[in-house]
Amino acid sequence: MDFMLTKKHEMARSLFKEFAEKEVKPLAQEVDETEIFPRGTVEKMAKAGFLGIPVPKEYGGQGCDPLTYAMCVEELSKVCGTTGVIVSAHTSLCCDPIQTYGTEEQKQKYLVPLAKGEKLGAFGLTEPGAGTDAQGQQTKAVLDGDEWVLNGSKIFITNGKEADIYVIFAVTNVVTDAKGRSKKMISAFIVEKGTPGFTFGTKEKKMGIRGSSTYELIFTDCRIPKENLLGAEGKGFGIAMHTLDGGRIGIAAQALGLAAGALDRTIEYVKERKQFGRAIGAFQNTQFQLADMATKVEAARLLVYKAAMAKATQKSYSIEAAQAKLYAAEVAMEVTTKAVQLHGGYGYIREYDVERMMRDAKITEIYEGTSEVQRMVISGALLK
Amino acid sequence: MKIVVCIKQVPDTKGGVKFNPDGTLDRGAMLTIMNPDDKAGLEAALRLKDQYGAEVTAITMGLPKAEEVLREAMAMGADKGILVTDRVLGGADTWATSQTLAGAIRNLEYDLIITGRQAIDGDTAQVGPQISEHLGIPVISYAQKIEIEGDSVIVERQYDDRYHVLKAQMPCLITALAELNEARYMTPGGIFDAYDAEITVWGRADLKDVEDSNLGLKGSPTQIAKASDKVRKGAGEKVALDPTEAVAYIVGKLKDKHVI
Repeated sequence: MDFMLTKKHEMARSLFKEFAEKEVKPLAQEVDETEIFPRGTVEKMAKAGFLGIPVPKEYGGQGCDPLTYAMCVEELSKVCGTTGVIVSAHTSLCCDPIQTYGTEEQKQKYLVPLAKGEKLGAFGLTEPGAGTDAQGQQTKAVLDGDEWVLNGSKIFITNGKEADIYVIFAVTNVVTDAKGRSKKMISAFIVEKGTPGFTFGTKEKKMGIRGSSTYELIFTDCRIPKENLLGAEGKGFGIAMHTLDGGRIGIAAQALGLAAGALDRTIEYVKERKQFGRAIGAFQNTQFQLADMATKVEAARLLVYKAAMAKATQKSYSIEAAQAKLYAAEVAMEVTTKAVQLHGGYGYIREYDVERMMRDAKITEIYEGTSEVQRMVISGALLK
Repeated sequence: MKIVVCIKQVPDTKGGVKFNPDGTLDRGAMLTIMNPDDKAGLEAALRLKDQYGAEVTAITMGLPKAEEVLREAMAMGADKGILVTDRVLGGADTWATSQTLAGAIRNLEYDLIITGRQAIDGDTAQVGPQISEHLGIPVISYAQKIEIEGDSVIVERQYDDRYHVLKAQMPCLITALAELNEARYMTPGGIFDAYDAEITVWGRADLKDVEDSNLGLKGSPTQIAKASDKVRKGAGEKVALDPTEAVAYIVGKLKDKHVI
């Protein structure tokens, strides 16, 4: 067992760190304030290969491992939660299912431009009545000749209006199981922006990750080619759940980055801020808070890296991903809250990064499976 | 086209500078980066590669740890990396360094050699031109723009208030300024490939046509009398006064200090 990163991982981290400091950090506050999607940053990330890190080279990717990808999301999120989730949703939720379930033609047509960063990806599973209960899908897809016809809507979609290629889930059949209950058969589809009948609804005004373009997707008699079915018909629920296992590693890395970033800012701040004639870092309360924060960040990091490595080596990594996301998200919330507290009144002011980080952190306990869902996944495995 | 780029691993001055008792830099104990002018030279070579097609070889002389800077160069897009390292080469000044690098480059085919103008640790700007002298090829220093035309290079050479456009037949050596370009980032896949690739390591025995008396500390005419870290200046004093009052204030301060 070796907890040391290899030299190539260390160098990759230094790359992500340098990029985040130079290209992402200077814009983070403005992206949050204006809620404008950082298109210029995405283009720079595409050029630097950040949009296809774990995708094999033959499909336009970088051919690195999930750990390298997780470190990228971590370093970006240390300075900007919005930028972290843009990469995470694109990579884990769009590239990954096409890589895993796509046909060779689908990979050539969609995965290659996604991994090269020429196109941006998104994932549409959630509906107004189907959040944690993903089986409650209402969006339908009906085969009509050589085309699937989609009707319905998806909400809270990250990269919503900015993406080019979407992995969308819809009910394709309703069957009766052995116990006489009706069961929705869900299938996955690849939908391109600009397809007639595919439009955008409301842009969500969010508490955090405010630049990430969260939109409602609307499908009205949207006809897509038959060959855009992703994976086998009726197997969409399994595809969605497996995809979310990977997505949770990305979100766990985002949460880790937010926590680590807030800790970094706080360490800088307590050395400078003086009260009662001394830096507040000289007070034992500050020291003990920092010690707890740093220890939890490190514990979260080990869980996230372990999950990322499990994705590279194991067929199933649901438990590792759920544990990493559950813990990292809760650490992100706790550490960013403490960071604000240690900043005192300044921590409540938007000029200070920790204010944004605390707002950004909350969503990590909710999206891609709430903390409660992660506990269900973990306990389900324990009691099997 | 074959391009050789000389790069140097230098102390990251943001991380503090440490010295050996003899006044030379304790390179093993410092955080390091690729010298900024060299990085611009590498970027220039990679752009020529993108534009015209070229094989880019990065070469460095240093401790075994300097292989990191070669991996970085390869992660940016260099095709090969050569590390020249040997105990007998340690403590070299610019003369011994240029002799070493020229001795190594004599083993290579090249149309163009690009070096940085100067390294941030020594600030001499001598190694590049000296290499060209040893190899008997033309040098164009302080390049702010590089183009290829047939078997020649056309280079804008920067001066304080103007630039010269110079044309030289290849093979030729160019020294690059950090302002020449903005270097690209490494790519994650490039990093993985760079660590899977073999770095060529050469020692004294691999240097061609170089006398021992021109190598290492013994072959260095420059002797360091004393070196020390920069003493940090105070923050200074800022006052907001109108021009007449400001002049009186400054004159008063200078008189107080017996400067005038």
